[in-house]
Amino acid sequence: MNPIYLDHAATTPMHPEVIQAMVPVFNEVYGNPSSIHHFGRKARQIIDESRRVIAASIHASEKEITFTSGGTEADNLAIIGTAFANKQKGSHIITTKMEHHATLHAAEYLEKKGFKVTYLSTLENGQVDVSELKNALTDETILVSIMAVNNETGVIQPITEIGEMLKNHQAYFHTDAVQAYGMMNLNVNELGVDLLTASSHKINGPKGVGFLFIKDGVQIESLQYGGQQERKRRPGTENVAGIKGFQTAVQLVDNEMEQRLNLYKQYKTSFLQLLEDEEVKFTVNGDSKKTVDTIVNISFPGANVEALLTNFDLSGIAASSGSACTAGSVEPSHVLSAMYGSKSEKTVNSIRFSFGLANSIENVEEAAKKVASIVKRLTRNN
Amino acid sequence: MEDRKDIRVVVGMSGGVDSSVTALLLKQQGYDVVGIFMKNWDDTDENGVCTATEDFDDVVRVCNQIDIPYYAVNFEKQYWDKVFTYFLDEYKAGRTPNPDVMCNKEIKFKAFLEHAISLGADYLATGHYAQVEKVNDQYQMIRGVDDNKDQTYFLNQLSQDVLAKVMFPLGHLPKKEVRKIAAEHDLATANKKDSTGICFIGERNFKEFLSEYLPAQPGKMTTLSGVEQGQHQGLMYYTIGQRQGLGIGGPGDPWFVVGKNLKDNVLYVEQGFHNDLLYSDGLIASQLNWISGESPTEKIECTAKFRYRQNDSKVTVVPMGDGKVQVDFAEAERAITPGQAVVFYQNEVCLGGGTIDEIIKNEKYLDYVG
Repeated sequence: MNPIYLDHAATTPMHPEVIQAMVPVFNEVYGNPSSIHHFGRKARQIIDESRRVIAASIHASEKEITFTSGGTEADNLAIIGTAFANKQKGSHIITTKMEHHATLHAAEYLEKKGFKVTYLSTLENGQVDVSELKNALTDETILVSIMAVNNETGVIQPITEIGEMLKNHQAYFHTDAVQAYGMMNLNVNELGVDLLTASSHKINGPKGVGFLFIKDGVQIESLQYGGQQERKRRPGTENVAGIKGFQTAVQLVDNEMEQRLNLYKQYKTSFLQLLEDEEVKFTVNGDSKKTVDTIVNISFPGANVEALLTNFDLSGIAASSGSACTAGSVEPSHVLSAMYGSKSEKTVNSIRFSFGLANSIENVEEAAKKVASIVKRLTRNN
Repeated sequence: MEDRKDIRVVVGMSGGVDSSVTALLLKQQGYDVVGIFMKNWDDTDENGVCTATEDFDDVVRVCNQIDIPYYAVNFEKQYWDKVFTYFLDEYKAGRTPNPDVMCNKEIKFKAFLEHAISLGADYLATGHYAQVEKVNDQYQMIRGVDDNKDQTYFLNQLSQDVLAKVMFPLGHLPKKEVRKIAAEHDLATANKKDSTGICFIGERNFKEFLSEYLPAQPGKMTTLSGVEQGQHQGLMYYTIGQRQGLGIGGPGDPWFVVGKNLKDNVLYVEQGFHNDLLYSDGLIASQLNWISGESPTEKIECTAKFRYRQNDSKVTVVPMGDGKVQVDFAEAERAITPGQAVVFYQNEVCLGGGTIDEIIKNEKYLDYVG
C-alpha cells in the first residue's frame, strides 16, 4: 500500500530542484555570513540574493524582509514585537477567532501582559466579519492581525478591503499569509499591509525558514537578543542553506503558479465529484468560490473526526482535521466553532484535505474512492 | 489458519509499562498491531499541564520504538456519563463505588471496543493480568498467573461477546517478567512507575478531589449505641473498616468505621480491628454478570473476593430469582462494603460478579452498614 498524501496545508514535500539548490550550499558554503573573510562573503552573497528574490515576490524592498525560523516565529515577532514597541500609542489589538495558534497564543500572551485584545467573529462563509472591525477600532488600537487565507478552510479573507479601512488609522496591519503565499499573487502595497508572514515549507521549500515583511518605518522590538543579523530584529547565525532553498521554492512558484493551481483545482474538483458519484453525504465548509484551490474542508454528517482520520490513515490516506490535538485526541476545531458555533456537529465531523506536489490525478481519485468507502461504512447505521 | 499479519489487533495503550509490553509481544508474534491511547478525563491544571499529554508522549515513543501506528481517541463524555456520574451517585448514596469495574464494562470493553472494531480490528488487546481460554464453545476468563497482579476482579462484568474479541497477552506472565521484557527492549516506559489509585484522581488528595464535586456535610461520629466520639467531615470520605483519619485518640483499642446513617448524617465507629460489629456472614449482590452467559438456577459452592488483592473466601451463592444472589460465607468476613464488587471463582476460573447491596448477619440485614 502506497500512502497518499492529502495534507499539503500542514507541510509539503520539498521540490527536487529545491534540494538540488541546497546541496552545494551544505557542501561548499560553510562560512558564517557575518564573517568578513572570503568564506563569510560567499554565504552572505547567498542570503542577499535570496532576500532580493523574496522581496520582489511580494513587491517589497530587500531591507523589509526579515528571515525567521518559520511562520510561528514571524507571527510572534509581528504581534508581540509591534505591541511592545508601540505601547505609548495604545494597548488595544484586534485579531480574529479563526487565526492560527501562532497568532492566537501570542495575543493571549499579550493579554496577560496587560494588552486588550478583540477577537473578531467569523461569518458562516468562513470570512471574517469586517463590519465588526469598524466598531472595534479605537484610538487605542495599535495592531490589527488578520490571516490572508484560513489554514483549515482555505477561505480567502478580504485583506485589501481591510487594508483600505485601516489606511488612515494608526494601527499597523499584519497578515499571516502562510497559506496564501505561493497560492496567489501578493502585493504588499495593494494589500495595504505593514507586516506579512510567510513560510517556506508550505511551498515545497525546506522546514525551518520563513520571513516577516516589516514595512519600512514600522516600529518593532526584537524578541531575541544577540548579534547584528537581520538588522538586529532576528539575531542568530542565518540558516543559509534553508534560505537558499526557500528562494528556489519561491522562484519555482513564480514560474509555475498558474499551471500548478490549475492542476490542484482539477484535483479538488475530481475529488469532490467522486465523492458525489459514490453518493457520500457531505457538505463543504466555507464559501467554495472564495477558497484557495489547494484546500477543501468537508463535513461528513454522522461521522466523527477521530474515527475518520484513524481509518483514513490505516487505509493509507493522510488528511487532517486541521485543528489542535490534546494528548493526541482531536479537539473540536476552533475555526469551525467560530463559523458555526461550538455546538455544531461540523466542528467534530469535518476533515481538511489539501492537495499539492505529492498528488497526481490517479492518486487523488484512488484516495477519493477510499474516503468514500470509509465514510459510508462509518455512517452506515445513521 | 489465517496469517497473523492479516489479523488486526488494536492495543489500548495507557503509556504504562504493561500496555507497552502488550503491544511489543503482539508485534513480535506477527500481528497487524495498532496502538490507541484513550483520553477519558481532562486533568489540565492551571498551568496547562495535563498528565494525559505526558502519557500520550510515552505511547508515541513506545509505538515508534516498536514501529506500529498510534492514534488517540477521546471518551471524556462517555466516561463522564457512564462512569463518573455513577461514581458520584454511589458516594451520594453512602456507598463505596468501584469505578474501575464500571470503566472496564462501559468504556474499555464497550465504547473503546466498538471504536477498535470500526477501525477494522479483529481483536482488542489490553495489558490486563487475566487470561482467556476457549473451552468447547465457551470463553472462560482465568486469573492471571501473577497472583499479586491478577485483575479478573475488575473484569468481572465482561460477557462472552466481549471475550471473543479480546486478548490479554500478559495473563501468563509475572509482572517481574513484563518489566524485564520492557528493559531488554529498552522501551521508553521500562522504568515508569505503576499508576496507583483511581485513574482520574491520580496522585491527588482524594478528599480534596471529591469535595470539588460533592458538598461535604460534616456531622456526628458516634458508637452504635449513640455515644458521641467526635465529628466526621462528610460521610462520603469514609469506608467500612477504615481506621485512618478519624481523629479519635484516647485509651483502649483503635477506632474503626463500622457503618453510616445517611438519614441522620451519622458515622458509626467502634473500637478494635476485630470488633464483632465489623463482621458479617453473608451479603446480597445485584447487577450480576455471569461470564458463561448463563445465570445459575441452583446454588453454587465456590470462592469469592470482596475487594481487590484479597485472598479468596469460601462461599455459597444462592440465586434469589429476582436477578440477585445471596452469598453465604463459610466463615465470618470483616468489613464487607456496599458498592464494592463481589467476584466469584471456581479454582482459577472467574465465574462473574456483581455489586454488594446488603450485608447479612444472623439472617438479618445489617442496617447500620449504610
